[in-house]
Amino acid sequence: MSDRAAHSAGVWAVALAIAWRSLHTYLRRPDLFIPSLVFPLIFFASFAGGLSALGSVPGFHFPAGYTAFQFVFVVIQSATFAGLFTGFTLAFDFESGFARRLMLAAGDRRGIVLGYALVGLSRALITLALVSTVALVAGMRITGDGVDLFGLYLLATLLVLVGYAWAAGVAFRFRSIQAGPLMQTPVFLVLFLAPVYVPLYLLKGWIHAVASVNPATAFLNAGRGLISGAHNHTALGFIAAGALVLLFAIWTLRGLRAAERAP
Amino acid sequence: MSPALVTQVGALAGRSILKTARQPFQVFPIIFFPAILLAVNASGLRAATRLPGFPTDSYISFAIAVAFIQGSMFALINTGTNLAEDIESGFFNRLALTPMHRVSLIAGSLAGVAVLGAAQSIVYILLGLIAGAHLLAGVGGAVVIVVLGSIAAVAFGSLGCVAALRTGSGEAVQGLFPLFFVFIFLSSSNLPRQLLRTGWFHTVATWNPISYLIEGFRSLFIFGWDATALWRGFAVALALLIIGLVAVGWALDKRLERT
Repeated sequence: MSDRAAHSAGVWAVALAIAWRSLHTYLRRPDLFIPSLVFPLIFFASFAGGLSALGSVPGFHFPAGYTAFQFVFVVIQSATFAGLFTGFTLAFDFESGFARRLMLAAGDRRGIVLGYALVGLSRALITLALVSTVALVAGMRITGDGVDLFGLYLLATLLVLVGYAWAAGVAFRFRSIQAGPLMQTPVFLVLFLAPVYVPLYLLKGWIHAVASVNPATAFLNAGRGLISGAHNHTALGFIAAGALVLLFAIWTLRGLRAAERAP
Repeated sequence: MSPALVTQVGALAGRSILKTARQPFQVFPIIFFPAILLAVNASGLRAATRLPGFPTDSYISFAIAVAFIQGSMFALINTGTNLAEDIESGFFNRLALTPMHRVSLIAGSLAGVAVLGAAQSIVYILLGLIAGAHLLAGVGGAVVIVVLGSIAAVAFGSLGCVAALRTGSGEAVQGLFPLFFVFIFLSSSNLPRQLLRTGWFHTVATWNPISYLIEGFRSLFIFGWDATALWRGFAVALALLIIGLVAVGWALDKRLERT
């Protein structure tokens, strides 16, 4: 085996060990597991059920209906927060001392970054499977085809990585759960300063100006386009998500270096 | 109430207020989160005022009521967390071993919550008015809002005390916050009940007492003086308060058995 191949195998060995351990902990702790499933469902019930009358607002037009319109927001929110909460797990592991011991033991510490990313993706898989099942049982209409749906879940996968990479960068720098609000608040604001309840063209005033330049608007437009079979915003959504993954990957790896230098 | 009890409650109420006021991470969410959610919802849901049957053309006047409930939820978390910290640090046990009246152990905290509940209600009224809400009930309505806000804060604060006394853990109390937030989501917080068109959601919101508490606050902004909405709002707040106080008494007995 070449040095390069051995190195790569080392990264994956660390990553898979971390992923197994963290996922095992996640599934065995109801205080972590249940809220992560319940909240997206509550959001879905509250927005798709409670605000369904908004589908009758003059000018509102969405072929797949208001349930599908809100389902896309819940998918994007759940994906981003699955990644974000994995950053919380990393911060907690630093606070308990586990992550420091891990950094001493890991041959290649990039495996730590990769391992927690796998945890975020696994958590998102569980949450999105449940939310999607509930949405379909509730009668959600999908007017896009199978490829469109695959595109929606691919976009969600990128957003798990965006949420995770942002939160992990913060966790590596602060190494404390006290930094939780710093991870969560900006993401919460970015998501809710987008066209959550009605399309962008129905927003008025300052929220329209903010939402017009908000990357979350690109994700929502792309996702809503995919579920309804329209593709006029798909490319922008994927480009924005891909760019953020790259940007925050650099942020995370620099955070890892900062954690290595920390006393 | 004996003078000694008044002194004890007063001292502990002062401590409770100072403890909250001196911790920015407790004060910040009380102002910041309701203000941000109000700004986001009032802008994002403004289109709802174009629905036939929507009771006002100012969504911010409609939505401001939710801020008072969110403030009460923060009272639950802050009161419970502070009491749990006192239990964890041993301060509560040391107090319980003194000759002070056992009622004042909790009444002090709740009196502090009543003051903070009134203060945060005044802040939300001012925030709403600055943001463009109309308070049709006028100055008298503002006074009623402050009273109802204070009762609601004590009611929710007492539930926080129950959680703290039963678990003795600040982390467990914090974990209750999302649970109570669900009650806001599944209520008439974003649309009036007659416009909740999804059958099951309408039923849940109709049975959810938080809907009536929100509608009590809301009526003063958008209708002026609506006796039905007001008596229902006060009835829910007082019922929650009575349930909370009975549960606190029971939890205090259990906690002191172990002391």
